[in-house]
Amino acid sequence: MARVRALVALEDGLVLEARSVGAPGTRLGEMAFTTSMTGYQEAVTDPSYLGQLLVFAAPMIGNGAGPEQDESDRAWPGAVVMRASDNGIGTGGDIGWSDWLADKDVVAVDGADTRLLVRRLRDGGAMRGGVTTELSACDLLEAVRAHPKLDGRDLAREASGARRSLGDSGPVVAAIDCGMKLSIASGLVAAGCRLEVFPAGVSAVEIAAIDPAGVFISNEPGDPAAVTTVIGTLRDVMGRMPMFGICLGHQLIAQALGMSTRRLPFGHRGANHPVRRAHDARVEITVQNHGYAVDADPLPEGVEITRRSLFDGSVEGLAAPDLRVRSVQYHPEARPGPRDATYLFEGFVREIC
Amino acid sequence: MPRRDDLESILVLGSGPIVIGQAGEFDYSGTQACRALRADGYRVILVNSNPATIMTDPGVADRTYVEPLDLRSLEAIIAKERPHALLPTLGGQTALNLAVELDRAGVLERFGTELIGATAEAIHRAEDRDAFREAMRQAGLEVPRSAVVTSVEEGRSAIDGLGLPVILRPGFTLGGYGGGIARSREELDQRLTGGLEASPISQVLIEESVLGWGEFELEVMRDRNDNAVIVCSIENIDPMGIHTGDSVTVAPAMTLSDTELQDLRDATLAVVRAIGVETGGANVQFALNRDTGRLLVIEANPRASRTVPFVAKATGVPLVSHAVRLMLGAGLDELDLPARGAARHVAVKEAVLPFDRFPDADPMLGPEMRATGEAMALGGSVEEAFAKAQRGAGQELPMAGTVFISARDRDKPRAVAVAGRLSRAGLGLCATEGTAGAIRAAGVRVETVGKLGEGSPDAVALVDAGQISMVVNMPSGGGAHTDGRAIRKAAVRARIPCITSIQAAEVAASTIASGVVGTETPIALQDIGSGVESPRLREAAGPRTLGMPERAR
Repeated sequence: MARVRALVALEDGLVLEARSVGAPGTRLGEMAFTTSMTGYQEAVTDPSYLGQLLVFAAPMIGNGAGPEQDESDRAWPGAVVMRASDNGIGTGGDIGWSDWLADKDVVAVDGADTRLLVRRLRDGGAMRGGVTTELSACDLLEAVRAHPKLDGRDLAREASGARRSLGDSGPVVAAIDCGMKLSIASGLVAAGCRLEVFPAGVSAVEIAAIDPAGVFISNEPGDPAAVTTVIGTLRDVMGRMPMFGICLGHQLIAQALGMSTRRLPFGHRGANHPVRRAHDARVEITVQNHGYAVDADPLPEGVEITRRSLFDGSVEGLAAPDLRVRSVQYHPEARPGPRDATYLFEGFVREIC
Repeated sequence: MPRRDDLESILVLGSGPIVIGQAGEFDYSGTQACRALRADGYRVILVNSNPATIMTDPGVADRTYVEPLDLRSLEAIIAKERPHALLPTLGGQTALNLAVELDRAGVLERFGTELIGATAEAIHRAEDRDAFREAMRQAGLEVPRSAVVTSVEEGRSAIDGLGLPVILRPGFTLGGYGGGIARSREELDQRLTGGLEASPISQVLIEESVLGWGEFELEVMRDRNDNAVIVCSIENIDPMGIHTGDSVTVAPAMTLSDTELQDLRDATLAVVRAIGVETGGANVQFALNRDTGRLLVIEANPRASRTVPFVAKATGVPLVSHAVRLMLGAGLDELDLPARGAARHVAVKEAVLPFDRFPDADPMLGPEMRATGEAMALGGSVEEAFAKAQRGAGQELPMAGTVFISARDRDKPRAVAVAGRLSRAGLGLCATEGTAGAIRAAGVRVETVGKLGEGSPDAVALVDAGQISMVVNMPSGGGAHTDGRAIRKAAVRARIPCITSIQAAEVAASTIASGVVGTETPIALQDIGSGVESPRLREAAGPRTLGMPERAR
């Protein structure tokens, strides 16, 4: 087997040797790591990874790929960094994992010391990085340092899908697609609603025009503080109908309610994040994928913190009962990860029925 | 951390003599439990009939009784010590059975001793086949179709509905003792008679065959608020039909898709709720048909199982002390679970089999456990961990020489792929006629050798002459069965690896082909639980670090 040398770099100067197993080329972006042990294809097709390079913290990656594991029709992180990868068809699909990554034009490498990368990001905080099959270490570092940071970038429009209608019965929900995973749409439809999906630039007037029973805001890549259009739309709609947001949607709701967001040191990305509910002390094992969190200090009047992370105490859920607004930072649709929180979709649909 | 202040003294039961299926793992669990309980200020009374254990060392418990693990002596000890609680879930099946006896005899009630860790009802639902089936049915989970019989006649009529082959599992035994596979009616009669004798309640479960299905286990912990976490998923490389104690085991499970893993997770939580494992740890075993997706619950252990020391070391989670604290009122959110609990390594366990001491025994694996020990290893990939585990178990994988392969028809396509990988890795191949033909048809070079007593030299003679470096022999029925037996026994005599399942053969071939054998990186066990990386490990972790050195911390 040809062993094409590849390099992985962080902006702080760390350069690691690796082996190319995907597409050739150079990719730059924010280096993010996920601790999820399964659901590789689900992660790579998650639009939230736009503008990022994805490091798998689990040691051995790849089980075959197949369409049933897609969360969108393309790959979003520019590169994937692994310690060991497997290109077998396995039981998971009909094409080998590395072949699939190459098909999707992902610069994928294995043989990288992912544990060192993860520790560096954990201790040093989020950083820009690069993966290359062609540049020298010096050129790669220079390119990484010249690449724009994620902070301040609104990626919602790029990740957003087209205007579409899904589902055929139940109350109508206007969903603002800022990069919505397939399973979010199917989770809502399965909970019993019709979905009218709008691209990220939608105005409050356009939403009001279809007279929906509720509004939903999806996950999204990029910096939540930069998505000012959607925040404005939410502020206009808020209080007129029930609203539910997840992940970045939760952060946009928080901003529409008057709070701000801040960067987490190294993000929450994984399938085993415990979150405690305030009202009954129950712990949900949740799926997370976010680099920013809501800053709830000071907490606006009428807003409650409904959930907190057991890892770092950060805000994981908000409610503004008078405005009929709820949001969670994590992913009820799972994929990949535990499905403990699918009740949230059902709860939202019940509320608007 | 909350604790049960109404309890002051706790009686812990050991597992008694070391036997196949119940060995050091329960000494480990019991010792860990005693330490955790004493650290939390409880008075610990320990009973174990086996003094050759760590748990009976001075200082582990406040009071240690080396007495028979039976109703009579336990009753006397309870009468004398008046423990507030009995913890029976760390001493294997022996302790669990004894707890049931003490409960039935009214001893616990008479002396006001509370059963903690598992209630008598939960033990009953997990152990009694009918109760278990019913609990699973109510939870909406499927179990293998089966019949519970108490006589050979009942067994014969059960076969009419279940077909052959079937698996026999005697009730209330451990390590699969007395169990087996019946492929014919004659075999059924013979094995059922033995199984009925082996079962203390003369009860044998005859089960539909799930031979060859994928076998998975999940380790779960639950607290008083019904919060539960899956600590680890385990994949038994050797499929259903080979006892988990003898199987090559990988943690975390590596071949599951996310959907499959979540199905197993949901089912595991449903199982512990249905059984009524209210607090502490449990282990649930599943069979998964990878072709149809059918998922069956095989068993649930409302107690520390054989997997506990393995999982504790694979994940760095101190399972036993956590389980004990959950039983005594702590919540999962109050325990120190490793943040983001991500797998940092792949862990592999290989069974240590004592066949070299029993030259007449067929070194064939089946539903009755044969292993007398195990070797565990950690690595950056399944291959690396597997190579280390094989060495630990005294079966160093060959990097050169000739491999003998013989496979039944069903396994031939996969055996041919195994042969191809070994050949490309530079190993020679030889096989008996049928297998050799299939390998050759795939364009891979292989030497044909005679069956036992046919041609010269035959496979056994080659192994005896030291010309074979590994035997891969998948058994089939009939003549090949006896042929295979002679070759497997020769492999044991020659002290070369002898692989008897196609799944294990695939992992072995992949490991040899990866070139990892002999280049593995050592990992200090102390670094796993502590969350600290040893500098040595970091340096040795394969790829070279260019650029700036890591910042000092």
